[in-house]
Amino acid sequence: MVRNLPGSLSQVKTIAKYEFINYLRTRRFFILLSITVAISILLTSVVAYYRPAGFMSSELGFYSSWWGLAVNYILILSAIFFGGDAISGEFQNKTGYFLIGNPISRTAIYAGKWIAALLASLTVFAVFTAFTIANGFYYFGINVPWQFGLSFLFSILYLVSIMGFTFFFSSIFKSSSMSILVTAILFLFAFNLIQTLVSNLVQMEPWFLITYGAQIIGNILNDPYPQNIVEIQIGPNRTFTSYNATVPEGIAIMAIYFAVTMILGLYIFKRKELT
Amino acid sequence: MSALSIEAVGLTKHYNSFIALSDLNLSLSGSKCVGFLGPNGAGKTTTLKIFADMIRPTKGKALINGIDVRENKKEALAGCGILVETPEIYPSLTVREALSMLAEIRGIPGSRKKEMIFEAISEVKMEEWLDKKVGKLSKGMKQRVNIAAALLAEPEIMLLDEPSTGLDPRGMAEVREIVKGLKRKSRLIFMSSHLLSEVAEVCDEVAIIDHGRLLMYDTIENATAGLSGSGDITIAEVDFSKPLGEPLLKSISHIEGVVEAAPLNHKRLALKFRGGVEAQERILGEIAAMKSGMISFKPSSSALEDAYLRLVKDTV
Repeated sequence: MVRNLPGSLSQVKTIAKYEFINYLRTRRFFILLSITVAISILLTSVVAYYRPAGFMSSELGFYSSWWGLAVNYILILSAIFFGGDAISGEFQNKTGYFLIGNPISRTAIYAGKWIAALLASLTVFAVFTAFTIANGFYYFGINVPWQFGLSFLFSILYLVSIMGFTFFFSSIFKSSSMSILVTAILFLFAFNLIQTLVSNLVQMEPWFLITYGAQIIGNILNDPYPQNIVEIQIGPNRTFTSYNATVPEGIAIMAIYFAVTMILGLYIFKRKELT
Repeated sequence: MSALSIEAVGLTKHYNSFIALSDLNLSLSGSKCVGFLGPNGAGKTTTLKIFADMIRPTKGKALINGIDVRENKKEALAGCGILVETPEIYPSLTVREALSMLAEIRGIPGSRKKEMIFEAISEVKMEEWLDKKVGKLSKGMKQRVNIAAALLAEPEIMLLDEPSTGLDPRGMAEVREIVKGLKRKSRLIFMSSHLLSEVAEVCDEVAIIDHGRLLMYDTIENATAGLSGSGDITIAEVDFSKPLGEPLLKSISHIEGVVEAAPLNHKRLALKFRGGVEAQERILGEIAAMKSGMISFKPSSSALEDAYLRLVKDTV
C-alpha cells in the first residue's frame, strides 16, 4: 500500500476536530455551559428588576459593569475545564497510548489539542458574549461602544494566553487533578494575592503577572482609560499606589505568557515518557 | 513491498539506577512472526515503547525499515500498526469516530476510509458496536478496538505488546487467528507475550530477553530443540480423531528417529523425535500411513516452556 501521510498541519486539524467533538460531549462542557447560562440569566434578571445605576448610566457603563463582573471568571474556568488536564490526562488515562504510537509528531498532537480546548472555551465564551450583547441591545439599542469590541478581543487574547499556561501545567504533571488544582489556585487566588502584595506593600508594578496584563479587558471599558500609576493620599504620611496596565503593556504581557508557556509546555510534552 | 525490518542497535534504557534495557541488539527482517518472551520487568514493553516513540532510549537506536524512530518518527511509523499495553480511547467518541481520527492521521483517503474502518472492525468482530461510544465498551471490547486500530491502514509491520491482554478465551483465539492472517499477508510481526502456547502456535521465531539483555533469538524449532535439554530433539503434540490404542503407540515408538511417544490424553500424544525437519516429514508420513486418524501436529508449547524456563532460570 502506498503511504501518503498527510502534512503536519492537516494532522493538527484532525486532532483538533475529534478532540473538539469529544469536548462537546463531555459532562464538563455541559457543566460550564450551564454555569455560564446561569450567570447570564442571573445578571439579566437582576438588571431587569433592580435597574442598577451603574448599568443604566450609559452604554459604556452597562458593558463595563456586565462584562467586568463575570468575563474573567468564565475565561479562567474555561481554560481550567478544557486545558487543565488536556495533556496530563493523556498520561493518567492512558489515552496517549492510542495516539502517540502513530505517525504523527507530538507537536501536532499538542497543537491539535490546544486548538480543540480553545474552540470549546470559545463556544462557552460566545454564549456569554451573546447574552451580554442581547441585553445591551435591549437597553441601549444596537450601538455597541467600540471599547467593548476591543475588550472582546483582549478577552480572546487572555483566553489564548491562559490556555497556553494551563497546557504548560498540564504537561508538567502526570496527574489530571493535580494540574487542574494548581492552575485553579494560581488563577483564582495566587496571582491576585501576589498582585495585591506586590503593588500595595512593595509598591512595585506587577508587570510579570498575567492577571495584571488582563486588567486591560476591564480598563478599556472606562472612559477615560485609568492612569498607569495612581497615588492616593490615605493619611498624613501615607500614600496608596495602585497600578493599571496600559494597553500595550497588557497585550505584551499576555502575548509573552502565551509564547513562553506554549514553548515550555511543548518542550516538556515532547520529552515526557509514557511509562 | 520493500524488505521489512525492525532493528534495535545497542538499545539501552535506564530509569535512574534501574537498567531496563542493556545494549539490546536485535535485527528482524522479512515476513514472519517473532515472539518476544521474557519475565515481568525483562524489558519487553520498554523495547516496544521505544519503537513506538513512547519513551526515549538512554543510548542506541530503534530502526524501522532502516529509519530511526527518534529522528523521523512519521516516516518510521508510517507502515506500522502498534499496540502497546491497553490504551484508553476518548470515551465520548464513537468507535467509528476514534478509528476515523486514526485513519485521517494516517492519510487514508476519504473514499476508502469507511471501507477500511469496516474491514478492521470486522476482523475483531465489533461491527455492531461501530456507532457506540467507546465509554460504553468493556475492557475486552476496548482492546478489540485497539487491535482494529493497529490493523487500520494495512500496516506492513505490527508491534504488539501482549495483544491478548484483557480478552476472553474466544478473543484470545481470535487474536491468534488475526496474527496468522497477517502472516499469510506477508507482514513482519513482533509480538510480546506471556502465553508460551500462543507464541508456539503463531510465531516462526522467538526472541527471549531477561534483565534487559537478549538471551537468544532463533526459530521456534531451534529454540525448543537446542534448549529443552534434549540436544536436537523436537517435541510436538499430535492429535488424533480416534482413541489411541496400545498397538498404535507401540508402532509410533518404533518409527526411526522417534525417541518417545507419550499419551497426553486418549486422543493426544507428545512425540519426541530426533533429526529435525527431514525426520519430521518422514515420521508424519509413516504415522499417516498407519491410518491412525492423525488430524494435527504442532510444536509443543511445553517444549518452548522447557526452553524458556531453562534459559531464564540460568540467568537469575
